[in-house]
Parts: sequence; C-alpha cells; structure tokens
Amino acid sequence: MVDQHRQAAVVEFEHVTKRYDAPAARDKGKPTPGAVNDLSLTVPAGKICILVGPSGCGKTTSLKMVNRLIEPTAGKILIDGVDASTRELTDLRRSIGYVIQQVGLFPHQTIGDNVATVPRLLGWPKARLNERAEELLALVGLDPAKYRDRFPSQLSGGERQRVGVARALAADPPIMLMDEPFGAVDPIVRDRLQNEFLRLQETIAKTILFVTHDIDEAIKMGDLVAVFQTGGILAQFGRPLDILAAPASEFVARFVGQDRGLKRLSLLRISDVPLRPAVTARPGDNAADARRRALDDPLRYLLLIDHGNKPIGWIAHGDIPAEGGLSESLANPSSPILNKRTTLKDALSMMLDADVQTGIVVDRTGAVQGLLSIDTIADKMREGEHAATFDQVPPPDPEIGEPDPADDPGATPDAVEVRA
Amino acid sequence: MPPGTKVFDFGWVVGHLGSVGERIVQHLQLSILPLILGIVISLVLAVWAVRQHRVYAPITAITGLLYTIPSLAAFALLLPITGLTLITALIPLTTYTLLILFRSFAAGFTSVPAEILEAAEGMGYTRRQRLFRVELPLAVPLMIAGIRLASVTTIGLATVASVLGGDTFGGLGQLITEGIQTFFPTKYLLGAALSVLLAFSADFLFVRFERLITPWAHARVGAG
Amino acid sequence: MDNITAFFSDPAQWSGSSGIPARLFEHLVIAGSSVLLAILIAVPIGLYVGHTNRGSGVAINLANIGRAVPSYAMMVIPLPLTLTLAPILGYDAGFGLTFLPIFLAMTFLAIPPLLVSTYAGLRSVDRDLIEAGRGMGLSERQILTRIEIPLASSILVGGLRTATLQVIATATIGAILGGGGLGRFIFDGLNQGEAGYPSIYGGAILVAGLAIGVDLILAWVQRRLTPRALRPPRRGERSSPASVAGGPDLASPAPGAAA
Repeated sequence: MVDQHRQAAVVEFEHVTKRYDAPAARDKGKPTPGAVNDLSLTVPAGKICILVGPSGCGKTTSLKMVNRLIEPTAGKILIDGVDASTRELTDLRRSIGYVIQQVGLFPHQTIGDNVATVPRLLGWPKARLNERAEELLALVGLDPAKYRDRFPSQLSGGERQRVGVARALAADPPIMLMDEPFGAVDPIVRDRLQNEFLRLQETIAKTILFVTHDIDEAIKMGDLVAVFQTGGILAQFGRPLDILAAPASEFVARFVGQDRGLKRLSLLRISDVPLRPAVTARPGDNAADARRRALDDPLRYLLLIDHGNKPIGWIAHGDIPAEGGLSESLANPSSPILNKRTTLKDALSMMLDADVQTGIVVDRTGAVQGLLSIDTIADKMREGEHAATFDQVPPPDPEIGEPDPADDPGATPDAVEVRA
Repeated sequence: MPPGTKVFDFGWVVGHLGSVGERIVQHLQLSILPLILGIVISLVLAVWAVRQHRVYAPITAITGLLYTIPSLAAFALLLPITGLTLITALIPLTTYTLLILFRSFAAGFTSVPAEILEAAEGMGYTRRQRLFRVELPLAVPLMIAGIRLASVTTIGLATVASVLGGDTFGGLGQLITEGIQTFFPTKYLLGAALSVLLAFSADFLFVRFERLITPWAHARVGAG
Repeated sequence: MDNITAFFSDPAQWSGSSGIPARLFEHLVIAGSSVLLAILIAVPIGLYVGHTNRGSGVAINLANIGRAVPSYAMMVIPLPLTLTLAPILGYDAGFGLTFLPIFLAMTFLAIPPLLVSTYAGLRSVDRDLIEAGRGMGLSERQILTRIEIPLASSILVGGLRTATLQVIATATIGAILGGGGLGRFIFDGLNQGEAGYPSIYGGAILVAGLAIGVDLILAWVQRRLTPRALRPPRRGERSSPASVAGGPDLASPAPGAAA
C-alpha cells in the first residue's frame, strides 16, 4: 500500500504490452494505433518523465495504464514496487493526480469544490477541505478569495488549466499523470504555464509522467524523455541532452528535428563551455603598457574594467594612445553581459543581436570572469552533430540525484560529456 | 345555446367555488401521478439506454408509437378492459409522458462531455458516484426541459379524460364536458380557462425551478 | 371482443353518411384543411424568422404558449363567438358548433410546431454554406429556396408530423360537439352504454390506425429527406437543433398527439 504521505513514488514499466484487435483480418500482425509494445522503463522518484512521440505511438495508452483507465494485455506496472493491478481500483486512482488536456472541470461545482474533489472522496473533514483548496489555488497562482466560489464557465482557458493542476495535487499524490495538459491554450499562455509548473515542481518534487507530441515541450520540461515511435515501441529513453546529442535511431533523429544542435544549446549553459581570459586594464593605467599587453589578445582588444572588476567597455589596440593614461571615454561597451547560468542559445541570440563575436561573462557581483566567443558556441554545436551515429547507442542510465554542474562555479565547463 | 344565456356568469362561479376547487384538485391528481410515474420509468429506461446503446432505438420506437395514438383513442381502447375508472385515465397519461421524458433524459446524459466523465473516472470516482455526483447533475437542464414539456402536455391531456364519464375524477375537463352537454358557457369557459392557467403556471414554475437548481448554467462571466 | 369484429364486418358500417368511409373522409377533410391553413400562416413566418433571425424570441415564446394550451380547452373557447357569429354570417347554426370552433382550435394548435420546426430547420443549416451562396451571388430568396429549405426539409417535415398528429387527435375529440370524423364512433358508443362498446372500440382502433398510418408515412418521408442516418447521439455531441424551443428535439419521432 503506497504511503499517501510520501512525496514521490518510483514508477516502473516491466514489459508492458497493450494489444488491440485489428479491425480487419488482413491487418493482423500490424501494429494498431494506440497499442504499446513491450515497454520497459523506470521513472525515478521526483522526476518528470516525458512520453513523447507522433500520433498513435502509444504514449497516452502507456500513461493511462498507470491509473488503469486502460488495462495492460501483458506486463506489469509497479508503483514503489507494488503491482498496480493488485491495488483496489478507486484507491489507486485517488492516490494518483490526473490532468487531461481539456481539463474536465465539473461545470456544476465551484472551483473550490472542484479542487477538493479527491480529498472529499477520501473523507477529509470539511474545514480541512476548504483550507486545502485555498492553499492549492494560491500555489497555482490564483487568488483563492477571487476564484474559490466561481464556476468553471467563468474562467479563461489558462485559469482552468491551473485549476486542473491544483485539483490533481489536492490529495498530495506521490504520482501525477499529465496528458497534454498545456495543449489547449495559446503559445504565450502555454509558455507561462510551463515555466510556472517547473517552478512548482521544485517545491513539490513529485514523480510526473507527462505526455506530449511537442518535442520542444519535452526537452524543456523533462528530466527524462521517452521517445515513442508508431507501433508503441520505445525508441529511446534518456536525458533530453543525451537524446539530442546521440539519437538512437534515424526515427529519433528525425523526430527531434534537424535543428537539434540548436536545441541542445538551449539546454547548455555558459558554465558548460570554456571561457577565454580577457586582457584587462583600468582607467588611469599607463597607456603604453596597456598598448603592449593588448597584443596578447587574439582579437587585439583590451577590456577596460573598474575597481570592482566590472566591465566598462572595449578598446581596440589601434585606439590606445602611445602615452599618458587610459581614459574611460575610449571604451566601447558593445558586448552583451552574460552570466554562467545563461543558456548558450540565449547567449548566441544576444551576441547576434549586438552584432559582436564576444560576450563578457560576469559573476554574481558583476565582476568579469572571462569571455565567451561565438566560435566556442559553434564548436559546442558541432560536437553534438558529429556524435550522431545511427547504430544503437545504449542510452546512459539516468542517475537518481545527479548533481547539476551549473551549481558549482568552479567546475570545469565540460561536465556534460558527449558520447563521441 | 338558449337565448339569453350569459356568456360568463360570475355569480355562478362564486356560488360554486367549492366544487370548482374540487375539480382543480382532481385535475392536479390526474396530472401529477402520471408525471411522477413517468419520470421514474423514463429515468430507468434512460440509464439503461445510455449504458446499452442498442436499446435506444427500440425504446424510442415503442414510446413513440404509444405517443402517436390520440389520447381519446387510448382511453377508449382501455375502457372495456379497465372500465370507467381512474386507471383507465392514468395508464395512457403515463405512457404519453414516456416519449418526451425518455428522450430528454437520454439526451441529458449524452450531453455530458466525455472528458468530464474521464476526469471523474481517472480521479477515482466509483461508477455509482460518477452517476449521482457528476452525470445526473449535469444532465439536469435537459431533463428539466423534458419534465416541463411533459407536465404541460399531461395537464392538457388530462382534460380529455373527463369524456370517459369521469364524474369522480374528471377534473377541469369535466367542467368543460358538462358545460357543453348542458349548453352552459360559464362552465366550459371556466374549465377551459382554468386548464390553460394551470398549464401555463406549471410551465412557468419549471422555468423558475430550473434556474434555481442550476446556478452554474446561469453564472455570468466575470461575476463574483 | 367478437362484437368488435361484428362492428367491422357489418356491411352497414361501410356505407352511408355515418359509415366508416364517410367518417374517415370527414376526419381527413377537417384535419387537412386546418393543417393547410396553419402551414400557410406558420411557414412564411418561420421562413422569415429563420432566415433573418429577427424576432426569434417572440416567435419562440408564442410557440411555447401555443404548445402549453390544452387542445380541449382551445376547442371550446371560441364557442360563444362562433355560435353567435355563424348565423350572422349566413351559416347554419350547426356549423358554428360542429365545425368552426374545432377548425379554429386545430389551426391554432398546428401553428406552433410548424413555426418552430421551420425556424429550427433553417437555423440548423451550416452558416458556411449560406455565406458561400452569398459569395457566389445568389439572391436572398435563392439562398432560401436552393440552400436553406432543401437542407432543412427533414426538420420541416418533422414539424409537419407533429402538427398533423396534433390535429388528428384534436379532430377526434372535436366530435363531441356533434360534428363528423372518426371520433363520432367513440362518442356515439359512449352514449349507448354497454351496447356501445364495439363502437367505442372500433372507433378507437380506427383513430389509432389513422394516426399511426399517417405518422409512418410522414416518418418515411422525413427519413428520405435526411442527409445522413439518424443515430442516437454519441456522448458529448449536441442532440440536435433542440433547445431552440426549450425542449427535446423536433426532428425525430413525432412528439405529437397532444390531444
């Protein structure tokens, strides 16, 4: 019996298969849409696992087998080691949060009552129900006083989606199943909901199985991504970065898209790449001396910094006077200021916008740490492309609790290794 | 009409308030009983038809057939079997409600969007909880529309029951029949007016009732 | 029971002014003429309201009112008027009793279903088709006759079915006033006590048979006019152009014989 109070559970698929009867005899043996074929994977506790693939690939079917809206033809699904099929059906469902694309809020109940649905089914006392509903509405960014007594018909699509998430979280389930939850809203709202959900997950840390057909959403949201292909076959399972860097088959390569190099860039940060040291000088420094040192820089530019090591601007070698002191007025502040957490994609964007080849990387205090050149980014992109082979490359085992390299500023930038 | 008969004799009405009142009560009996019976039967049939799609067509066909038979003929067909009793009136009055109620109940159930039912199932409602807490409440608007129509129709059909010679149960129709037979306009006009009034009142009350129990369907966007 | 077969097998029943054919004819004439008049009144209004969508609220409300009125009541209300009016207009007094009030009542009762079904039928036509028609240069009248009416025809016939059954039923009761029609068998029988049972029963069978027969014919016509098979609504689908009149839909089996 899964402990209701445990924050997140481990979900395992063991050789799960779902077969549907083919409509016509001549189709026997061919994979039917929605079927699932010998699916085995493990979702560690507290991680978001995305199930992604084209229509009819079995991703939604796989999801629905966890709360047994669909029963497997063969194989087992284990939740914290317990076979889901041995659990009492409604008990099981009440311990799993379920969010669907159209939300499915009950139109005849207030928002507050909707959110409190599962706790009410579980028999929580009335006072606790209200309290919990308000807590959750606040959690998803809706003012409880304003929304609790409204009806779903009075809310916008984005607001309803949030209520749907709140409702799924109400009984604090260890697992959440989400079936294209952000699909029915416009891209701007979707982006916001995705960001907020990721932030929410940092607090609640639940095990989440998330179905989508959008590879960009998969890469953005997932700790782990399971790519399905038509026929219910798992094509690849691993971290988004690994799938982008080393697609396991031509199908996966095609599915993630031609621009997977660029996609990777959105997953890599400046902390993942080497920086170039800057040749620096301060205002008032001896000009002749500075002039000589500027020749050390490959592009022959000097970076003027202040006493706090904050960047002021560039001075080209040719612009440095032969004698006297360096003055601030010579400096040209054209480069974007970046920090180690900036994604390579954003950095690239900013540099292209400013029409420069170099970005200045600073730390939390604003002090210069180094320079990022556009070539470094291009190299990183190319690294990924060369790694693409179409042999079956076994995906790396996802480790539970893997440290995030970006957290350690002193770490060598190449912490994220790419299989060659 | 004998010359000199007043079209409407108020004096008579005032003098016979008691018996007129009795007729009204009879009429209500005649209308409410079939309605309640019809609701119960139709509810069962509708739930069945929604679970087993195949029975929808046959049920519609049978109730439709019963509905097609003009009420007088229906009453007359039962007369030799059940005699000049209340039952002779009640049976056809009940079967007439079935078509309307069955169809609106079934329509009510099928109007519940599938995703709401899926969400309910996925969250852990039992089948029965789903029926009573989700499907029925959401089916209510269409169901009440049907009950409204059925009640108005039944009140109207009940007026015909009187021609069977129902002095004991004839209701307002009896006023009409007696009025015609005795060439007494006051009676038949009163009977007619009262039955019309009764029908309209029922209609109005049901509109109010529906509004009362479905606050969500009338909630204004941006209110509250 | 054998008396009933006797009723039908007696040759006298089949001839003369009070025989079965005569009564049937009377019934059809009374019913048919009022339906015709109702069509002439209701359909043009319905077409206008349906095509332009103006005045729909008023039309619907009137239809609701008409639907709520008991037919028996409707029949007797004009009596004082028709009785006094008939001789003035030069008609036999009996006409004012046996025909006119019933005729007026039936016409009045037939109008709401025809009006509502015409309106609902026109509203059910896909707006895109109408827009396409306008775009191609069809005049408003052409849109009505070439697009809207053909596509709405099955719903229109549904309304006709309802109206016709309503009228057949009302005509049956109307016989109480002494006029013609199949209802006479029933009333004449009622007046004869025990001996009248065969007549009552026979009349009832005839009336039921007429109603069912007409309904079947119109149902067949309606089915022929329907573009795709009428299936019971699937979950989540709207039933049909229903809630227009605030009630279950008018397109399927006649919600008819309210009399």
